[in-house]
Amino acid sequence: MQSSQPPSRANLAGWLYVSPLVLVLVPFFVAPILVVLAASFFATDGFGGLTPGFTLSNYIEVLHSALTLKLYLATIKFTVLTWIFTLIIGFFVAYFLVFHVRNQLLAIGLFLLCTVPFWTSNIIRMISWIPLLGKEGLINQALLATGAIHQPLEVLLFSDLAVVIAYVHQLTIFMIVPIFNAMARIDKKLVEAAIDAGASRFDIMRLIVVPMSKSGIALGTIFVVSIVMGDFFVVKVMSGGGSASVVSAFYEDVGVLQYPTAAASAVLLTLVLVAIVSLILRTVDIRQEITR
Amino acid sequence: MSAVLADMQGVVAPATTKAIAPSRGERPWTFYVLAGLFALYVLALYGPMICIYILSFQDIRGGLVFPMKGHSMHWFVDLFTQVRTGDVKGSFDRSIKLAVIVTIITVVISFLAGLGFRRRFAGDAVVFYMMIGSLVAPGLVLGLGTGLLFQALGLNASWYTSALGAQLSWTLPFGVLVMFAVMSRYNRAWDEAAYDLGASRWQTIWLVIVPVLAPGIVAVALFGFTLSYDEFARSLQTAGSLNTLPLEIWSMTLNVTSPSLYALGTVTTIISFIVIGASLGTIVLIQKKRGRGAKG
Repeated sequence: MQSSQPPSRANLAGWLYVSPLVLVLVPFFVAPILVVLAASFFATDGFGGLTPGFTLSNYIEVLHSALTLKLYLATIKFTVLTWIFTLIIGFFVAYFLVFHVRNQLLAIGLFLLCTVPFWTSNIIRMISWIPLLGKEGLINQALLATGAIHQPLEVLLFSDLAVVIAYVHQLTIFMIVPIFNAMARIDKKLVEAAIDAGASRFDIMRLIVVPMSKSGIALGTIFVVSIVMGDFFVVKVMSGGGSASVVSAFYEDVGVLQYPTAAASAVLLTLVLVAIVSLILRTVDIRQEITR
Repeated sequence: MSAVLADMQGVVAPATTKAIAPSRGERPWTFYVLAGLFALYVLALYGPMICIYILSFQDIRGGLVFPMKGHSMHWFVDLFTQVRTGDVKGSFDRSIKLAVIVTIITVVISFLAGLGFRRRFAGDAVVFYMMIGSLVAPGLVLGLGTGLLFQALGLNASWYTSALGAQLSWTLPFGVLVMFAVMSRYNRAWDEAAYDLGASRWQTIWLVIVPVLAPGIVAVALFGFTLSYDEFARSLQTAGSLNTLPLEIWSMTLNVTSPSLYALGTVTTIISFIVIGASLGTIVLIQKKRGRGAKG
């Protein structure tokens, strides 16, 4: 903006810098999405062969199916529960590290402590709940030993509860990092001024910390919501096949080569995701917040 | 993650050196509540994983749950020798190679895009939203689209073509977003100073911007490596006939019900730690070198 170049040269320079990015995203994001969009209007012979054409029957089939509504309800349930838990835990962990840990080195160390498990395979982290939640797992063993229960709880593993636990375990870090980043930028003088002006701790939270962490919360929400809504293997493994989500049904469709209906349901899901993300982006200008 | 670490000297230092009232003198009750919450979070984070590391060292009678039966390296040997556990070694090799290629491409492209986005230019919003779209699109859907595209074009899907591209569509948005955060700490006046001293555009990039942003660039590299090394959904339809490690792990979770699975978890964790250690070491080395340069 403070550029002395004429605008056309600045535009050219900008495009030169981002052209490699565009050259990857066009063939590997834009084109595949268009292929899926096209496939959603095609007919199929039922054996994986696609007949180019234009039919709305795939969408009609998906929209008319009672299963679709069930899948979306299940997906929304998982998404909302995961979002609430990751947000609460992520927000307070970040708040603790930024505002309560006095030693800066300790804060950085504790922050790193939270990020280390992120470097291990997601699938491995997910199955690591089996020795704990299983029928003969540690939790059941402990509860049996204390006499709190007389039969092992079966609801712990291969259930919706296990699905939500696995999501929260994997995704809280996606909340902590952006919220921590946003909170760390809050000028502590502002908090001091508020205290001098007689604000209570709740006022500070409500009027300073939460509004100023908004960009972090928005970014974390985008990560968590898009990952949960786009996921299938956590649902598949942790529910033991008992629950399904939109994408796990999509995965089954692909497995039996029902590409057109799978594509139609994928297009629907993508539209839903786009709507959610643009709603979030309308409340916060993420680009401006990050580069500020 | 480590982008934040890299910036932290810049952000946290001035902020926390000045103590705020709630953390001055007596600890308020909220401190103890939040410290407890934090401890519980860390326990839940590490507990399950430590369990599988321990269980992977059982002997041949071992099962998937406690109590532990003896101890040996049996399941590690089993992992790399048994045919029924699949081609762990081959998929492991491919994943590492792929992750290295993805890392290099991600660093270069993210850095350039970061430079480009420092200024507004006509159509920048289109590129920005394309990137956000690529980030939030369901991985399996994109993977399927890429697979179908390759099929339609008559190309063979393989880990170094279609899977590479599919992974980049996920690592690049992350890399560019991290680059945004890193570059927002960069003072444009340094560019002007370099120009005033007669540096060309490329000299400014190589001699000023790259060295200043080095820790952030290492952070982008780390991101690229781990996101690729762990990428599953986008690789599923695009990897072709040869598996990458996450795909191998996935098929193992469906077929293998022995502590071999846990041994694999232990091995991948050790690899991750070596990579993080090397990267953090690089950051420290760069910082040290820079510190000496400033003094001398």
